[in-house]
Amino acid sequence: MAKELCLSGKNVTKVFGFGDKKTVAVNHVDFDFHVGEFVSIVGESGSGKTTLAKMLLGLIHETEGEISFLGKPREIKGRKQKREYWKEIQAIFQDPFSSYNVFHKIDAVLLDCIKMRGGKKLPYEKKVEMMTEACSFVNLKFEELTNKYPFELSGGQMQRLMIARIFLLKPKILLADEPTSMIDACSRATILEMLQNLRNEIGMTIIFITHDIGLAYFISDTVFIMEKGNIVEYGPAEKVILNPEAEYTKRLISDVPKIHEEWDLSTV
Amino acid sequence: MKHILSQVFHSGKFVVGFCIFMSILLLMIFYPIFNPGNPLQIVSIGTFAEPGIYVSVYDAVDSDMNTLKLDEAPAKRLDSVLKSEDRVKMVMWFDAAGIPVDNLSIHDTEALLTLWEENYDATIRPEGMTKADRNYFQRLDGNLKKVIVTHDKVLARQDPSSSELSVIRTIEDTDYVNIKKVANVKRLPLGTDNFGRDVLKELAAAIKTSIFIGLVAGSIATLIGLTFGLLSGFIGGLVDDFIMFITNIFTVIPAFVLLILISYSIGQDQRGPTTVAVVIGLTVWTWTARAVRSQVISLRNRDHVNLSKLSGHNLFLIIFTDILPYIASYVIMALILQISGAILAEAQLSLLGLGPKTTEVPTLGLMMNWSMLYTAHLNGYWWAYFPVILTIALISFSLNLMNTGLDQVFNPTLRD
Ligand SMILES: Nc1ncnc2c1ncn2[C@@H]1O[C@H](COP(=O)(O)OP(=O)(O)OP(=O)(O)O)[C@@H](O)[C@H]1O
Ligand SMILES: [Mg+2]
Repeated sequence: MAKELCLSGKNVTKVFGFGDKKTVAVNHVDFDFHVGEFVSIVGESGSGKTTLAKMLLGLIHETEGEISFLGKPREIKGRKQKREYWKEIQAIFQDPFSSYNVFHKIDAVLLDCIKMRGGKKLPYEKKVEMMTEACSFVNLKFEELTNKYPFELSGGQMQRLMIARIFLLKPKILLADEPTSMIDACSRATILEMLQNLRNEIGMTIIFITHDIGLAYFISDTVFIMEKGNIVEYGPAEKVILNPEAEYTKRLISDVPKIHEEWDLSTV
Repeated sequence: MKHILSQVFHSGKFVVGFCIFMSILLLMIFYPIFNPGNPLQIVSIGTFAEPGIYVSVYDAVDSDMNTLKLDEAPAKRLDSVLKSEDRVKMVMWFDAAGIPVDNLSIHDTEALLTLWEENYDATIRPEGMTKADRNYFQRLDGNLKKVIVTHDKVLARQDPSSSELSVIRTIEDTDYVNIKKVANVKRLPLGTDNFGRDVLKELAAAIKTSIFIGLVAGSIATLIGLTFGLLSGFIGGLVDDFIMFITNIFTVIPAFVLLILISYSIGQDQRGPTTVAVVIGLTVWTWTARAVRSQVISLRNRDHVNLSKLSGHNLFLIIFTDILPYIASYVIMALILQISGAILAEAQLSLLGLGPKTTEVPTLGLMMNWSMLYTAHLNGYWWAYFPVILTIALISFSLNLMNTGLDQVFNPTLRD
């Protein structure tokens, strides 16, 4: 699989605060993500997954290190460059309840996406058509959602709407930061399925962040294991999970409740 | 929005504060309508006329009279000149003049008066009595004479050329005029002040100016504080450092000292209410800036802001749509406190003689300043200063109460 690089990092570090309050959230990590891959970043709470994701998105500056985008060093100093960058890389955040501006109707979120794809001047009927299509991709009915406020939706609906947003934006890379952590198991399966559909239909690279190593094994091609800001192990999913080398990975695997008996976890 | 409003009006504290504030506003709006004219117009010659209804004597004697036979009239007439402290003084006089007062009760009016009539002599100089005391007794005696013996009074007109008096009519002690028939009756519910101006009218105008000063100064302070707080909190980095540096400078120098210095350097003639309001607004914005900044810092890392950035929104759009609505309730509360603070600041400045110039409009602070300069508080002219103090206290109290009420609605953790 000789694939092109889409995002890679060298020595990427993020330090919050200084002096006594210094926290090294991400500590000199190196990584290569390839086009079309389904990558999982696995780690327990506080291991710096979200921080890494925000750096990849360009929402916070890295303290040290360099991130390359499509093989070239990433240039996102100016506003215009950022705008262009965000056409290529988008995100779904951990908590759907805080991802929406509670003062805006749902339509506004989707219309922004159309505008970002250069469809600002389209007639309104065309826009509605696009939004309806995006909603039906995630099993939502646009007619039921239009003119509603985010707090009138359930968590699962909100998160699916976030995916509809991605469907409209069609970025090259999607960063999904524990998109299923705040919703029930049933919606979780649907959402994972939709993410896989996105990859299959649009050929998106998906960087999936989770604390559930079982889930990562189940859906991803490549797995990165993070512990306290460090990437302790990475590689193809089967290799990392069936033959873990790092102590931390072994511990994570042993913590998985053994209901997925079909997995061969006898090595643990 | 409707929901929030109904919640706000369910908060007892807010409603009480709102009602108090509204009553003050109603007084401010409606009193000048019923009693129009320049609030600084001098209506009484002489200072500090007591609160009450003033009936024109000139008009009253010309009005149609009715005869009312009222049994209690003579007693009341007597009571009006012979108060209980006068009775005590009378007994003191008897004592000093060496007249036996064995079983004389001061409530026994008849006995008291007979004894007085029999014995009082202005030429007697009892020992230990000052000239002022003697004058007092002379005055009292004169008053008593006026009411004890009911002389008929005559109304006469003077002929301008011959200075001859021609009697128009006799006025008897049973003559009454209906107050409605008297052409000129002036109600001065709070009397007049040191300049002889209608205090209530002045107060209504002063509330207006003071609230104007509060609104202007509060808005300026909130606007500056909000802008600085938003920019420094959201942009962070060097902008934050620079704005916080300025804010710190303004915080270190107490706003009031700055206020005094600026007001003093502007000079009395240049200081209109607007100038004073602007000066107050320019000195007290710092805490709003700090408070807004800390709110923004806690908001700027929220996911909805990140999502807005990812959707390609620019800085100002994010500030206006993703930050400002979230802190709007907080800003309104800050504004209310700034308004109340500015009204108090004006009162303090004026009390020091550094308020707006005195010739145009009254303010609450100026009214306090005047009554203090003319020592109303030392002479018991309560109507000149007490209503003003009460108004300032009520405005500030009601605004703070509304603020607490809002706080309880917007920060449910504080709710009990
Ligand atoms: N804005 C910030 N300021 C200071 N410290 C921060 C900030 N954001 C994160 N941190 C710290 O960085 C560390 C990593 O946080 P991060 O949010 O990346 O963890 P995570 O792996 O996403 O955890 P979770 O699974 O709970 O979401 C934590 O110790 C956290 O306290
Ligand atoms: Mg996280």
